[in-house]
Amino acid sequence: MTTTLTRPRLKRTVRSAFGTAPRPAWQERPKPATQTAKGAGIMVILAVVLVPLYAIALTSVSTQASINIAGGLVLWPHGITFTAYSLIISGGVVGRALLVSLIITVVGTAFSMLITILAAYGLSRAGSFGHRPILLTMMFTMFFNGGVIPLFLVVSALGGYDQYWALILPSAVSVFNILVMRSFFSNIAMELIESARIDGASEWMILWRIVLPASKAVTAVIALFYAVGYWNSWFNIMLFMPADSSKWPLQMVMYNYVTEGMSMAGSGITNIGSNLGQQQIAPLSLQMAVVVLTVVPILIAYPFVQKHFTKGVLLGAVKG
Amino acid sequence: MATEASPRSRVSPAPRERAARRARPRRTEGSGRTGPSWRVRLRRDKTLILMTLPALVLLVVFGYAPMAGLVMAFQQYNVYNGMLYSPWVGLANFSELLSDPAFWHSFWNTLLLFSVQMLLFFPVPIALAILLDGLLSTRIKALVQSVTALPHFFSWVLVITIFQKMIGGAGLLPQFLRQHGVANPVDLMANPSTFKFLVSAQLIWKEAGWNTIVFLAALAAISPSLYEAAAVDGASWRQRTWHITLPGLKGITVLLLILNLGYALTFGFEQMLIQRGAVGPNSAEVLTTFSYIYGIVNGNYSYGAAAGLFLGLTSLILILAANRVAHAFGEDGLYRR
Repeated sequence: MTTTLTRPRLKRTVRSAFGTAPRPAWQERPKPATQTAKGAGIMVILAVVLVPLYAIALTSVSTQASINIAGGLVLWPHGITFTAYSLIISGGVVGRALLVSLIITVVGTAFSMLITILAAYGLSRAGSFGHRPILLTMMFTMFFNGGVIPLFLVVSALGGYDQYWALILPSAVSVFNILVMRSFFSNIAMELIESARIDGASEWMILWRIVLPASKAVTAVIALFYAVGYWNSWFNIMLFMPADSSKWPLQMVMYNYVTEGMSMAGSGITNIGSNLGQQQIAPLSLQMAVVVLTVVPILIAYPFVQKHFTKGVLLGAVKG
Repeated sequence: MATEASPRSRVSPAPRERAARRARPRRTEGSGRTGPSWRVRLRRDKTLILMTLPALVLLVVFGYAPMAGLVMAFQQYNVYNGMLYSPWVGLANFSELLSDPAFWHSFWNTLLLFSVQMLLFFPVPIALAILLDGLLSTRIKALVQSVTALPHFFSWVLVITIFQKMIGGAGLLPQFLRQHGVANPVDLMANPSTFKFLVSAQLIWKEAGWNTIVFLAALAAISPSLYEAAAVDGASWRQRTWHITLPGLKGITVLLLILNLGYALTFGFEQMLIQRGAVGPNSAEVLTTFSYIYGIVNGNYSYGAAAGLFLGLTSLILILAANRVAHAFGEDGLYRR
């Protein structure tokens, strides 16, 4: 009994492990050479993305000795140490930058979502008073803007230079996201909203109790895209906060100490070391730790974004 | 984008939306005879209008105020006088701009970098999509898809840093070459003549996987019975790809190309700005960096703003034209016809 069962079951597990669908009857079986080439191609594609990330992560936890053996980035571990991370945690430029970035991302995303949801709902009722002109006013900014210099002068005139709000407010609203959300909101069954109104619900209550719960997916997608936007923003900092290194978020710290630090013959490296009050740490592993810190939150958020991948890409499909 | 990419998501909401719109006018669209007067509608919808105010205020302050600020392109702006009291110079900034070789260099360089990038980038997601679509294993397909799409969520600073650590002067590749007998490997991150290929490689690494998703959706919309019928008639894999797969991708490809064309002049600002120092302005200067460097870094605000205005207007024309062309192809562009 058992012997007869083992073979088919084994075959099935191998198959389901790769989630392989049965080959359509009309499709010819590929030649071994083609099969091998395909496999190799996939391996290369995966390696092109993953090897750099692997080397960076490994170098960030490598001892100076193993970095010296490798002559730079480490591909094969010789000695593991978490000194770089414990240094960052114990304070200094990088630790503070990480905190600043996290706060800006959380606060900015919450603020952007609030404004986007309100505007999207306010514009979602076809035929409501003034929604056409308001919509057109908003959409025009998608096609034309004043450019960097007047924006810089406006923000400076409002006292935003070197202020954190300058990293949030100017880019807080994405008209595109408003449009996407609006078209989801306006597809919610009118009967639901009407019946709530008859029960005496205000617009605020309808938005909070009916419309938002019915559009969780799109809300999540847009929130994640805003969050990634805040986390990754760099030019804003370059423009509004170029000099005060004690205020920099992580992307700017990475740009100055890692990206620029390389070509500028180590000036950034000693900087980062002296700011931390430590010189014996392997500068390369500290640099790579900064890179790892910028990647990790994205990796954490990635599975959630991924769930809505196709939707995210095709958001452009639904326009008002 | 929608028609090719996701037929289902397009078909289902549209009729409902249309039905809703048809059902409403009696009550709402009443600027004409039947509906309530604007006063009634204003009172009824005041909460809705109130809700749009925060977004409107932000757009006015950070969108429209800078637009108004563009008048400085016609002034000799200086910080002490401000926009109100700076002397007017008419079109002097523009005539200076149009006779500035650095400006024209950045203009042609923008077009060069854009075309090389588009040419090298565009086939990659299509090829990747065809490769993935041919896989029978859904797990491997999902794995490749999620791994290749990941760098889309990286910032340009991060992508360029990664490239630097891989192929830059002290990176992994030169390190390997040096250990294997190459005395002085070229620093690909600081080599002006190959810069256009470098930025293309970066773009491919960052965005190809992400763009694959659109093409995969388009491929999923091709009816399998087409392939089956072709195979029964004896068409080889190559023939099926040529006569079924590629024609099935034509619509979305044309649309994406057109829409990208609309952003030809503002394309890749951060990417070029970050690397401008390493390879020099001769190969990395584009119109957007020109405007920023001359305006903010060099402090010649009016001159930078003039370049910015030129850039904004030409971009506006390009975007509108691109959408026009997309509509002519029967597609929704950035907006519907």
